[in-house]
Amino acid sequence: MTTILPTIAKEAVSIEIGGLAIALRTQDPSFHRLIENRYTGFVGTSPASHLEFDIDLCEPSESAIDEDLEVKIKDGEWLLKRGDFRARWNPQTRHGRIRQSCSPYAIDSVLRIVHSLILARQGGFLVHAASAVRGGKAFLFSGVSGAGKTTISRLAPPDATLLTDEISYVRREGNRYMACGTPFAGELARVGENCSAPLSALFLLEKGLQNRIEPVGPSEAIQRLLRNILFFADDPELVKLVFQSACEFASLVPIHRLIFVPDQRVWDIIR
Amino acid sequence: MAEKYIARSKAIAARLVGGEMMVMSAADSTFFTLNEVASTIWQAADGRTPLAEIVAGKVCQEFDVDPEQAQRGADRFVDELSQHGILLVSEHPMIEKDSSLSPERP
Repeated sequence: MTTILPTIAKEAVSIEIGGLAIALRTQDPSFHRLIENRYTGFVGTSPASHLEFDIDLCEPSESAIDEDLEVKIKDGEWLLKRGDFRARWNPQTRHGRIRQSCSPYAIDSVLRIVHSLILARQGGFLVHAASAVRGGKAFLFSGVSGAGKTTISRLAPPDATLLTDEISYVRREGNRYMACGTPFAGELARVGENCSAPLSALFLLEKGLQNRIEPVGPSEAIQRLLRNILFFADDPELVKLVFQSACEFASLVPIHRLIFVPDQRVWDIIR
Repeated sequence: MAEKYIARSKAIAARLVGGEMMVMSAADSTFFTLNEVASTIWQAADGRTPLAEIVAGKVCQEFDVDPEQAQRGADRFVDELSQHGILLVSEHPMIEKDSSLSPERP
């Protein structure tokens, strides 16, 4: 008689976002599958990764569930802490460990934080914005919750490729910026396409009575952009870098106010 | 009345964009856009020049403004930015020590 033992997933799942591959290693087969399903389209095929994390699953702690997020660097190692996870990551060794409950939200948050920390040193950022590619050009639509990120994404014409309806990935390449697809979905609950394109404009979303584009002064543009950039670390040096990145971005990428009605014709004025 | 010396904190990020000085606190991410008068005071905040001298020698020279009104405005501006740690204020000239500024011992 042959006994079939339950298999233990030892291989890592590599999640590639913005060209950065992060290997996630878990011994739990069901969590392994959960990661693969959640990040469909972003699971890398290359065996090499830029960073790797070992994930230890644990029962959620009732007492810590409301704990606020804390991100700090100590002795060269980033420490990430919230009610539903604890993580540490050493940028030198490129290795980290996550202790979390079996929740997709925890791993999602860790990925966002790690990407934001890496991007901050490269002049890029994650930003609360929908983004799409049309005619080879990428457009960002930024705004707080309720500003219309999901609405503008829903209204996108068939020839537009949606990169995300919630969290956009902006990477600097020389004197231009690339918008990259992310699996970080908002109300559409749909991961973006894993592709990228040179960023042509950032639109600050406002709902109104007609579709129109208005100029935005540089200081307002930077201030609005900064409000929407995801940044978690309690680290003054990185805050300065993010500020400089926002200023650089505003000097290279046109930023406009897009006042729109929830109607497909808004896409006629997006160039 | 005691002299007031002001210096820019090191824990800030600042950049001149489109003629406006933008300043952000690296400690609490508070963001300020300074107008021309405030930018003039900001740029002259070297820790060694008394605020009254900055107002008289820079603000009143460069802008058409009443000296008393300018001084009141400068005091308010300095108070607000110092509350966020963006400007450092002392009754004595400040010397640079490592990466921070500290009052000079008399």
